[in-house]
Amino acid sequence: MMDMRILTCTVNGKKVQVGYDPRESLLDTLRNRLHLTSVKRGCEVGECGACTVLVDGVATDTCLYLTQWAQGKDILTVEGLAAPDGTLDPVQQAFVDEFAVQCGFCIPGLIMSTEEIVRTGRTYSRDELRKLLSGHLCRCTGYQDVMNAVEKAVNWCVEHGYSDQAGARA
Amino acid sequence: MYDIEYLHEATSVEDAVQVLARDSQARVIAGGTDLLVKNRDGKFPAAHLVSIHELHDELDGVTLADDGTVEIGPITWFHHVTTSPVIQATVPTLGDACDTPGGPQLRVSGTIGGNVCNAATSADTASTLYAYGALLDVRSVRGERTIPIEEWYAGPGKSTLAQDELLVRIRIPKDHYEGFTGHYFKYGKRRALEIATLGCCCLVKLSADKTLVDDIRLAFGVAGPTPLRALKAEEAVRGLPLAKAVEAIGALAQADTHPRDSWRASKAFRLQLIGEMSRRSLVAAARKGGATL
Repeated sequence: MMDMRILTCTVNGKKVQVGYDPRESLLDTLRNRLHLTSVKRGCEVGECGACTVLVDGVATDTCLYLTQWAQGKDILTVEGLAAPDGTLDPVQQAFVDEFAVQCGFCIPGLIMSTEEIVRTGRTYSRDELRKLLSGHLCRCTGYQDVMNAVEKAVNWCVEHGYSDQAGARA
Repeated sequence: MYDIEYLHEATSVEDAVQVLARDSQARVIAGGTDLLVKNRDGKFPAAHLVSIHELHDELDGVTLADDGTVEIGPITWFHHVTTSPVIQATVPTLGDACDTPGGPQLRVSGTIGGNVCNAATSADTASTLYAYGALLDVRSVRGERTIPIEEWYAGPGKSTLAQDELLVRIRIPKDHYEGFTGHYFKYGKRRALEIATLGCCCLVKLSADKTLVDDIRLAFGVAGPTPLRALKAEEAVRGLPLAKAVEAIGALAQADTHPRDSWRASKAFRLQLIGEMSRRSLVAAARKGGATL
């Protein structure tokens, strides 16, 4: 049996120190120790994308990511998106506006991949967006409204120079 | 929670090979996208893992050596192989192949070295690395040696890499890629999150007037227990007019490969794929080289 270790990293803009078992995935640690339950436990084999968060700005499946590797990294989950006064971030707002949610289980992961996309500061064709989101599965098969929301969010963010703001916040 | 008994985060390549030499149960983990899935499935329980995940200085990235050799660090993400300007300028077909495993999130965790070391016949980079004749530099406390990819595969999921050895570099010499254009064709039932039913890479070097096949390399994944090259098929079309080669390549490749029945596809279907994908890959590769077909 291995001893507990201490993870020091940034989660949603705050410095965090938390004990972890070296056998844990980042998914385990975010959900069970930091109670960030937007990070969903789905397939646990890197196929469904429900556990996606940004690690140093990169949309990553946390089920296949050992907590050990998060040492010193900057992690962003859906809990870190809305402003302190509750104003939704533009990606969240676009998902609401387009009724892109059915059961909702896949949505936090989809939103985090979309966050990665809007931070690039450019627009994409529908086919490009489909490919960028192809690491997500929605059991409700509600893809059409999701694609509408993602496209709306990406275009809105380009028009409003959002990627620069996001960069400045990070 | 994974079934891990020992987890060492290596601080350098030297540190990693020391631990591998000390602990005969230890295995290397890089991106974890294969190993953790297998561990979760109960394979190699109570795993002893040496993580090379953070060895970016020594093992990450693509560079071009002075003699034109492309050098790829084994923990380079699939995505970074695809987007590397060096790869795009020298061995773009490998970049295309690295754009096909899993989905976007997998391609920023999974590594090209892991794809090679798992030694699966279905590995998306295998047929392309085979076609380019990659050289694999491995290191242990006993020293460093180079294993040509032709000598790498020992059976399904098995390589000739010893337990105490670490893959430290993938090299593609200039004369293996210069003048070639290529195409990687992955057949699966979906376009994402899919394991190849069959993978085919064709590299072709055309004559100056773009009508003759000066040289060709045709490699497959899932056309046998290990990735393989269809050497007899290559030999038979070398020097032929391109149109003749396109006509002949499918049947020649079928005769030169050994697919089997599996739950993913029957042998008969795989043979049909081998014929069709060889032809289409040759056409696509030749078009990229300037041929009009």
